[in-house]
Amino acid sequence: MAPESENSQGDEMESTAQKGSLSDIAAARVQKQPGNNALGVGLEARGVHAWFGEKHALSNVSLDFWPGTVTALIGPSGCGKSTFIRTLNRMHEFIPGAAMAGEVLLNGEDIYAPGVDVTKIRLKVGMVFQKPNPFPSMTIAENVLAGLKLAQLKAENKDDLLEECLERAGLWSEVKDRLGTHGGALSGGQQQRLCIARALAVRPQVLLMDEPCSALDPGSTLRIEETISQLSSSVTIVIVTHNMQQAARVSDYTAFFLSDGGPGQMVEVGSTNDIFSRPKDERTENYVTGRFG
Amino acid sequence: MSTVTKPTVPAPRKPWAASPKDRAETGAILAIAVLISWGVVAATPLKGKLAYAAVFFIAYLVIDFAVSFRKAGRPAAVDSLFRSLVTTAIAIAVTPIISILVTVWIRGHHGLHWTLFTKDMHSNAFTDPVNQGGLLHAIIGTFLLVIFAMIISVPIGILTAIYLTEIRGRFTRPIEFLVQAMSGVPSIVAGLFIYAAILIPFTKTVNGIQGSLALAILMIPTVARTSQEVLKLIPGDLREAGVALGGTQWRSVALVVVPAARSGLITAMILGVARVAGETAPILLLTGGSGTKNFNVFSGSLGSLPNYVWQAFSAGTPEAITRAWAGILVLLLIVVILFTAARVLGNRKVGKK
Repeated sequence: MAPESENSQGDEMESTAQKGSLSDIAAARVQKQPGNNALGVGLEARGVHAWFGEKHALSNVSLDFWPGTVTALIGPSGCGKSTFIRTLNRMHEFIPGAAMAGEVLLNGEDIYAPGVDVTKIRLKVGMVFQKPNPFPSMTIAENVLAGLKLAQLKAENKDDLLEECLERAGLWSEVKDRLGTHGGALSGGQQQRLCIARALAVRPQVLLMDEPCSALDPGSTLRIEETISQLSSSVTIVIVTHNMQQAARVSDYTAFFLSDGGPGQMVEVGSTNDIFSRPKDERTENYVTGRFG
Repeated sequence: MSTVTKPTVPAPRKPWAASPKDRAETGAILAIAVLISWGVVAATPLKGKLAYAAVFFIAYLVIDFAVSFRKAGRPAAVDSLFRSLVTTAIAIAVTPIISILVTVWIRGHHGLHWTLFTKDMHSNAFTDPVNQGGLLHAIIGTFLLVIFAMIISVPIGILTAIYLTEIRGRFTRPIEFLVQAMSGVPSIVAGLFIYAAILIPFTKTVNGIQGSLALAILMIPTVARTSQEVLKLIPGDLREAGVALGGTQWRSVALVVVPAARSGLITAMILGVARVAGETAPILLLTGGSGTKNFNVFSGSLGSLPNYVWQAFSAGTPEAITRAWAGILVLLLIVVILFTAARVLGNRKVGKK
């Protein structure tokens, strides 16, 4: 057996995923070509740094997210992946003492430019969190449509939108008979798909997913991964994951982040196939083959 | 795994529970302590109920300590001693409350009858037989005072809590300190403040709304602190999810955080009401004590339950005293009902109907 699969993280997936090395899994995917999609110019990070108070958490990350692709951010804990993803929709500034430098361009315009309406940015760049967090006071239907209410948007036909979003999140058939019940009664995986449906209802151009499966069982994880694959044609997806098999299964591009005790940096980015089968940097190779991390 | 015999299920036991022997031992220790307290009170100049209680308490602690020491050594004895002390502290804390409830019931229940809730005192004196006249004006007055105090204090209290937990500006610390300090303000101070700030310079007479203002001053810290604790329990994830969906902070708080905390906020409100429903000092100063029904808080003397009780006690005859106890009983019942409502609403799980 190849050494890669023995040491790979996320062994919980082994029963449901194809057996084989990470590079095999990655190679089995059909690589999407950048820019083959009418989803705008896309999202670009240019020399992004981030701080928490005095602590320099992320240093000089430049990364392009091509429209209609899935980009996975991998790396050990504390390497700045989550910090980075939160700079992409300006959730980073929510943490007291946070600071940043650099530019994040959405369709060519800097989202940190003065005068930019931050709520509009977050509508275009949606987010799914690590822990499923449906709104406890709302029913399933209200949860999905919550974004419209929060952002004061109008929908042509709410029922159609509700069905469409739940369908895209792969949840419609499971909940269509109980849309009026509270979201808290769903299983963890269903709750997370409800959160995905909720994020889709405001029609984001980009969807950020911060370890969306880390709190879920393998079956639910697989459902979410299917959802991600189905969504990737219509939404640009950025996913942070600790599970390298997941990165290999769902992503077109992979970026490896690492912190050598100082601020986190992006070591290498490339097509997922390249990162898992022929990484250029030795540190990437050590990580994806499980020699450390 | 392959056998088909049905496994026999053993009867459930509790091996850790006290055995009959243990219970007999505890009973014996209690009995000996009672005997000792009886003997000591009989033999020494110590007299009275308090002496019995004190001697019994000390005797019980000593014997219990000695028995556990012999049986299981020093750590177990200290553990047992500590448990006895804690139990005693609870007993001491609860005794006055139960005593108050029992006394009020014993003295007040024969003053209770139907006309209390249907009649007021406009054509009766406190010294009339108990079945004439009633509390209606006082109940109406107390409700009006409390409702207007609520209208003033609940929005201020909840918005303060939202400032403290959601906005967290530069003034968070000083305001938090101020709110905590304010919850210790004696009610007479709140009463005198309104008296000096409103009654003397402006109205120059008693009315209901002045009482409500004073009660609001007392309610705001309770509502704000309880609401703050409730809002702190709402996970930060929900706030982030609200904002990540393109809501402004205000809409995220109003549509996500506050609804999630709804039952807790209702509890905060009711605790505030219960805090002020029986307040007497500011009421005596500010609202007057009419015996006639008055539905207008903005003009005229307004009767209230605390005022009724105070007047009835002042009248001094046996009928009046019985009225006073009945008034206290009704007031206590209202407060107990409110607290129960707060518990029931507070325990209800968020998101379940």
